[in-house]
Amino acid sequence: METLLNPTTALILIFVISALVIGLWGNLWYLFKKEVSSVLLSPILYIFTAVFLVLTGIFFFEGVTRGPSPQATLRPLLGTISFVLLFFSPAITMRLFSEEARSGTIETLMTAPVSEIQVVLAKFFAGLTFFIIMLLPTFAYALVLNSMATAGIDFGPILSGYLGLLLLGCTFIALGTFISSLTKNQIIAFVITVTTMLVLWVIGFLAGEKTEPLFQVMAYIGIQEHVNDFVKGVVDSRNMIYFLSTTIFCLFLTVRSLESRKWR
Amino acid sequence: MSNTLDELEKEQQGKQKKDEESSKRDDPSRDVEPIESREVKATDRASAIEVRNLTKYYGDFLAVDNISFEVWDGEILGFLGPNGAGKSTTIKILACFQPATDGSVTVAGHDVFTDSLNVRKKIGYMPENVPLYPEMRVREYLKFRSAIKGVPRNKRASRMAECLELCGINEVEGKLIGQLSKGYRQRVGLADALIADPKILILDEPLASLDPNQQGYAKRLIQDLKGKHTIIFSTHILSDVEEVCDRMVIIDKGKMVAAGTPEELANRYEDQHHLHVEVVGPFDDIKEKVQGIEGVETVNATEQDGCIGLDIVTGTDTDIREKLSKQFLDNNWGLRELRTQRMDLAEIFRKLTQ
Repeated sequence: METLLNPTTALILIFVISALVIGLWGNLWYLFKKEVSSVLLSPILYIFTAVFLVLTGIFFFEGVTRGPSPQATLRPLLGTISFVLLFFSPAITMRLFSEEARSGTIETLMTAPVSEIQVVLAKFFAGLTFFIIMLLPTFAYALVLNSMATAGIDFGPILSGYLGLLLLGCTFIALGTFISSLTKNQIIAFVITVTTMLVLWVIGFLAGEKTEPLFQVMAYIGIQEHVNDFVKGVVDSRNMIYFLSTTIFCLFLTVRSLESRKWR
Repeated sequence: MSNTLDELEKEQQGKQKKDEESSKRDDPSRDVEPIESREVKATDRASAIEVRNLTKYYGDFLAVDNISFEVWDGEILGFLGPNGAGKSTTIKILACFQPATDGSVTVAGHDVFTDSLNVRKKIGYMPENVPLYPEMRVREYLKFRSAIKGVPRNKRASRMAECLELCGINEVEGKLIGQLSKGYRQRVGLADALIADPKILILDEPLASLDPNQQGYAKRLIQDLKGKHTIIFSTHILSDVEEVCDRMVIIDKGKMVAAGTPEELANRYEDQHHLHVEVVGPFDDIKEKVQGIEGVETVNATEQDGCIGLDIVTGTDTDIREKLSKQFLDNNWGLRELRTQRMDLAEIFRKLTQ
């Protein structure tokens, strides 16, 4: 049985809700705008996007031309992209808070009349924006494939795959934002974020098909299983809840971590 | 000779102790006076910042120890102390960046801990070393800051123009902050503090690491702001405070050691005159002769390359300079330097602390 949400509605819903939050929550819009323009002005984003596109381009080429029988599907590519993003999204988030702490601008920022939640959300949504900017060009592969395949391709699983990647991005960016708020050092933030994500990624494999409660929990925590369903074209609300709840949990931790200067 | 020196030192220490004791005895009466006069003032001016028994621990380290003072509406208060005295810690608490461990701080009528948002709406804060975003342009940065500080949309442009003009940064408004010199960065920081036209300005070391010209400019600017804003700024340089401030609060090792107008403090603590003399001649003779001059309390002599440096302390009621030079002339010793030294911050601290 199909769930009520089809991927297009879900994507539109996510964008509308995000836009409303950013636009209407007091200073959030200005903070968000500043974060976005800061990164748009730095070369890092462009370099990472370029490298990311070269890598995924190679995978796309390999997938389409080298298989035993070339298939008009993006499924393996989207799976690979989700793994590649595991290394690229920490590059987006590593500087969000650690740079502010290192340069001391966190002091001017937090002594302005803004709340911790606004600052955290501004950084999170800015991070997510770059994630989308990085990801969006890969949609071209789907269009290329569509023009090459004689019967065209089924966009349903592709859209649900992208919905999955976007939700995955929410979790990755939120987790990266949190870890960035713990250290003044970007490199440390990057390494710890990648490590944490890798653990979350493989913990599902480790559980395998075992049925003991502990392994079941491990299997549930593992990120990869949840992405795979989306890539297969299944929009399951359980998976959406998984990503949204981990995102909110990480953002909550970030707010706490930012407030922690008040308890020390 | 070393014996006499030791004795002298002992004498000096003993004298200092006596001084302290006497000043301690005197203190209550001395302190009461300014407080009374302040209360008279308090009828026509309210306090903008009120610090009561403020204490701050970092772990086990006591950074600020039970200090209390207030800043009156419209005045400039210098917050003075050596490095590591707890100035920045206190300032950060006033600016709502850190909470106090104990005590209360009220800024513009709001408690900094329970009502921090309202405090932050009314203050302009410039942290030490002026942290800024290097990748932003000056104009862009001030626009961003005015927006998040809640300057109404239709007033942002005019407010920014005013602040650019006031802080003298019109010519760099289009530059990247990362490319600005230290002096300009400081001005941008000040423009940011001023952008929302706050009632209260909290400036942490606004004059540090500026060259003398820039310091002069910054001091004039701070004085110009008087009246429109209540200002508290921290510094470790006494002369800054003397030139700019109405009143000062001195802290050391987290403790408050004095508060009052510069004149009050000078009168209260300057009970000795200091002379520094450099002279060429026989060490023991010179020391003995100088010691013999009437009114001299202590002499500290050091010899370097045949030139003898003397640090002489006398009472405030005597001036021995003529006698001194006559002595040198009579004995045909070459006088190289003779200058009176005002009591500097270090000495006041030595007196006030320990």
